[in-house]
Amino acid sequence: MNAITFDRRTLLLGGLAFALAPGARAAALPGESIYHLSATLVDQNGQRFELASRRGQPLLASMFYTSCQMVCPMIIETIHATLKALPRADAAAMRVLLVSFDPARDTVPVLAQTAAARGCDARWTLARADEPTARAIAAVLGIQYRRLDSGEFNHSSVIELIDGEGRIAAKTAKLGAVDAPFLKAIRRAREAAA
Amino acid sequence: MRRLHALGRATALAVALAAATMAATMAAATSASTAVAYRTVEVGRFESVLPQGNVPTASAPVDVAPFALREAPVTVAEFAAFVAAHPEWRRDRVPVVFAERRRYLSDWRAPLVPDAPPHSPVVNVSWYAARAYCASEGARLPTWLEWEAAAAADETRRDARADPAWRARILAWYERPTPDPLPDVGGAPNAWGVRDLHGLVWEWVDDFNALFIAGDSRTQGDPDLLRFCGAGAINIVDRDSYAVLMRIALLSSLDAADGTPNLGFRCAKSL
Repeated sequence: MNAITFDRRTLLLGGLAFALAPGARAAALPGESIYHLSATLVDQNGQRFELASRRGQPLLASMFYTSCQMVCPMIIETIHATLKALPRADAAAMRVLLVSFDPARDTVPVLAQTAAARGCDARWTLARADEPTARAIAAVLGIQYRRLDSGEFNHSSVIELIDGEGRIAAKTAKLGAVDAPFLKAIRRAREAAA
Repeated sequence: MRRLHALGRATALAVALAAATMAATMAAATSASTAVAYRTVEVGRFESVLPQGNVPTASAPVDVAPFALREAPVTVAEFAAFVAAHPEWRRDRVPVVFAERRRYLSDWRAPLVPDAPPHSPVVNVSWYAARAYCASEGARLPTWLEWEAAAAADETRRDARADPAWRARILAWYERPTPDPLPDVGGAPNAWGVRDLHGLVWEWVDDFNALFIAGDSRTQGDPDLLRFCGAGAINIVDRDSYAVLMRIALLSSLDAADGTPNLGFRCAKSL
């Protein structure tokens, strides 16, 4: 049981947001939205952005650190595989946000290098934030991480589907292969929006 | 004319009353903010019950940078003043992503009216709310390591953890049911001058979502195991520290939006 799928109504509501153009946004965010969090990040191109600016499009979100040898590359590869398994239009509409919990070492050039080395196209944002912000993003995503004295991190590995309004619509902890129920949750949300 | 005069007097009285009330409120707020004491904690090398190194079962002492810790947990009155000044944290306005509706300040009579004694520790607050409060005080939540290091002291020793009698004393508190209402803050100060680390309430730490991680994410197996005490307990170095272990178990079972009737917080500052 790797995928946690939320109830149908949540997904349907979330799915509606998929269809909304940025100009047609509803004014009020739902209470469950992670976009209530005021969080400033910097992407792999050195651009500052607010977490809430991701509102309006579905998002696959996770956290990572670039010096991680094993699990973090697997998170990226699993997202690649998930995107490939989606119908072309769905994959094109999907955005990816990976936030580093290692701001000390994951500088903008390091993030840019990782994005290039891992074949992350324009849909992907690899971002850094200061430590308190990273901790808060982990909190809204329900991700646990801990910095060890060695500079390594222990962390839970989870990929989340965030709907256009910032609600967590589904999550998976399955790495290394496409999680079928998670994929189904993405497709259901997209179908509801169509 | 007389009526007007009377009205004028009434108005003047009302204005004076309002001014007096405001002044009193402000004085109360000022005295509350000036009364907030922080104590310097300089632990240096510290051995946490949580493994800090790469070997999940081995102890590895680490340096804890000097920091200042709030002498006492945040009280009901202090938190009420904060909510009044920052209405986005009222229980009827806060987004559910930041505070579970059924829990957050659920023991208050109204969104701005607490029910508990003003000097008792505030409880039923989410991690987000605790963080926002500390920011309003120019502070932050302590890390687990800071909290644990400060809480290792008894009244006279900076690290009393090896003393079975002290351990037993702390454990005794955990065996008692939570009194209702909670007692006021202001227990005996420990060697750092910090009060109520044990014996009053549980406390949020900034990295509450960092505590129960297996040694390596590859070894997690079923990620749901993270939700259970047993999964992490294997990685507790000093298994005799039951009291501290219980804190970790509680904190790691929480979501940031949760709150409980005996979970409060205090703030810390980097030096």
